[in-house]
Amino acid sequence: MNLPGFGFTRRSVFAGLGGTVVASLLPDFALGQQAATASTTVIDVTRARTDPVPIAVPDMAGASPDAQRVGRDIARVIQANLRNSGLFRPVDRQAFIQTPETAAANPRFQDWRVIGAHALTTGRVEESGGRLRVEFRLWDVLADTQLQGTAFTAPAAQWRRIAHLISDVIYERLLGEKGYFDTQIVYIAESGPRDRRTRRMALMDQDGENHRFLTDGSFQALTPRFHPTARQVAFMSYFRNQPRVYLFNLDSGQQQVLGSFGGMTFSPRFAPDGRSVILSASRGGDANIFVVDIASRRERQLTSGGSLDVSPCYSPDGTQIVFNSDRGGDQQLYVMSADGGGARRISFGNGRYATPVWSPRGDLIAFTRISGGQFAIGVMRPDGSGERILSEGWSMEGPSFAPNGRVLAFYRETPARDARGGGYSSRLAQIDIAGFNERQMVTPTDASDPAWSPLLS
Amino acid sequence: MNTKLLGAFAAVALLAACGSGTEQSSAATGGGAETTTSGPRPGSQEDLVANIGDRVFFDTDRSSVRADQRVVLDRQAGWLQRYPQVQVAVEGHADERGTREYNLALGQRRANAARDVLVAGGVAPARVATISYGKDRPAALGSNEQAWSQNRRAVTVIR
Repeated sequence: MNLPGFGFTRRSVFAGLGGTVVASLLPDFALGQQAATASTTVIDVTRARTDPVPIAVPDMAGASPDAQRVGRDIARVIQANLRNSGLFRPVDRQAFIQTPETAAANPRFQDWRVIGAHALTTGRVEESGGRLRVEFRLWDVLADTQLQGTAFTAPAAQWRRIAHLISDVIYERLLGEKGYFDTQIVYIAESGPRDRRTRRMALMDQDGENHRFLTDGSFQALTPRFHPTARQVAFMSYFRNQPRVYLFNLDSGQQQVLGSFGGMTFSPRFAPDGRSVILSASRGGDANIFVVDIASRRERQLTSGGSLDVSPCYSPDGTQIVFNSDRGGDQQLYVMSADGGGARRISFGNGRYATPVWSPRGDLIAFTRISGGQFAIGVMRPDGSGERILSEGWSMEGPSFAPNGRVLAFYRETPARDARGGGYSSRLAQIDIAGFNERQMVTPTDASDPAWSPLLS
Repeated sequence: MNTKLLGAFAAVALLAACGSGTEQSSAATGGGAETTTSGPRPGSQEDLVANIGDRVFFDTDRSSVRADQRVVLDRQAGWLQRYPQVQVAVEGHADERGTREYNLALGQRRANAARDVLVAGGVAPARVATISYGKDRPAALGSNEQAWSQNRRAVTVIR
C-alpha cells in the first residue's frame, strides 16, 4: 500500500537565504506579505491575479537510465502541480538551451533568463537498493542566486511524494505561503443509474494519482472528511441500511460507528484538535447539532428546536461553529460559539445558503448558494461581509479547502437531458479562491463530496 | 402563484408515479408461480402500490403533508390496520435542487411527517420506521420540475 509518512528524511543542503530575494522575484504578488502578517489578513484578490511566475522545470539528472527516468517523471509531476495551481507558468521545454545534466551541475542563468524564466529548478536522482536520493535546487535566475537546496531520500515507490514535497518547497519559497501538493483527496465515487447508484468512498493524491477505493459499494457512503492529524476519515454510511456517522481508519480499513444515536446521524466534521466530531442527528423530524467526544463517546447537544441544523464546521481555532439552518424560514448560514450559544445569521444575499466550511486561515467561509435556479460556490468573511461568488452553474456544492486555504475543491453536476437521466454527470472541480483557474479533477467515474486532506508531512 | 403551479404539476405526477410503480412491481414479482389468482397478494407491497398508493408528494423545500396527499396516508393507515403483522419503513426523499446534507435532513422530516399521519390514523408507532435518502435515490431521473415533483416524496415500504 502506498501509505504516506513512511521512510522519509529531509534535510537542507544549503540553508539560509534572504527573504529579499523572494521579494525581487515577485515584486507585485500579495500573498507573501499577507501570509507573514498573521491570520487576520485577507488575501488581496485583486492583486492575486497578477501574472503567474514563469518557471523552468527541466528533467532531473541521473547517472543511470533508471535514475534519469525517475528524474524525468519527478520533474513532470512538479511541472504539472505548478501549472495546475494557476500561479506558475512552466516555460516550454522546447525552448530550453542548457541540458538538465549541465544545469544540475552549474546553471547558466543567462540561458534561462533569455527564454523568459524567472525561476529554475534543477535536480539529481540517485537510486540504489530500492531507495531514492533526490537532490533538488531552486534558483532565482534574475538575481543569479540559489533560493533553496534540499535532499530527499525515500523508498523508490514513493517518488511521487518526493515530487509533491519539492512542489510544496517551490510554492512556499516563491509565494511565501505553504503549498498543498503533498495532500490527498477523499471523495465519493459514483457509478450506475441514478436511482440505483453505487457510492464508494475513494482516496487519491491531489493530482488524481494513486487512486484506490476504500469501501466496496455494498453500502452507500457519503460525505467523507479528514481527521486534522491522524490517518482517519469521518463519513456517513448506510451500512445495514442505518444511516450513521462512522470513523474509518485509512491504514487498517477498520470502521466503527460513532455514538449511539437513535436516528440518523450525518454531516460529520472533526474538531480542529481531532478529539471530537461535530455532526447533525435527526431524532424526530428535526435535525440538531451534537459534538461527540471520540475517546469517551460522550455526546453533547449544541442546538435544539424543530429546525434543520446541518453541515456544522468549526473555525480553525475551535471557538466558533458555522452551520446552516432553516430556523428563519429558509436555509441560511449561522455562526455560534463552540458551546452552542449566541447563534447569529451571517448570510443575507439572495437565495438559500448551505454547506459552510471555514478556511484553515480563518479569514473566510466558503459556501454553496442556491438562487434563481442556479447553484454557486462562494466565500464570505466570518461576519458575513465581503461575499464573492467564485463559480456558478446548474448544480455545484460541497466546497472543501486545501490546507493552505488558497484552493477549494467541490463537485459540479450537469442536468439530465431526458427522462432516463441521460446526460447527467457529477464531477470534482477545484478553483482558486480568487475565482480563477477552475479545473475539473480527473476521477475514474462520476464523483462527489471531495474533502481535502491536511498536508501529509 | 408558484405553489398553485406546483400543485398542478404534482397532481399529474401522482398519476404518473402510480402507473410506473405498478408496472415496476408487477415485473418484479413475475416469478410468483404459487397462485394463479389475479391481482397482488393482499397485504403485500404490490397490494399497497396497486390498491392504496405507496407514496405521497411534497412541495419544494416543504415537509408538511399536503391536504391532497393526506388521503393516501389515511388509506395506508386503514390498510395497515387490516394487516397488523405488516411492519413498514417510510422512506423520505428530496429533489436534486438542494445540497446533499440538507436534503438528508429534509427527507427525514418528510418521512417523519408521513409517519405522524399514519400513527394518528391508529397505526402503532413501533410498526413504522423512518429513513431518509435525501436526493440520492430519485424515482424520476429527469432534471425538470415534473421529475422533481415526483422525487419530493415519502414512500411506504414493507420491511
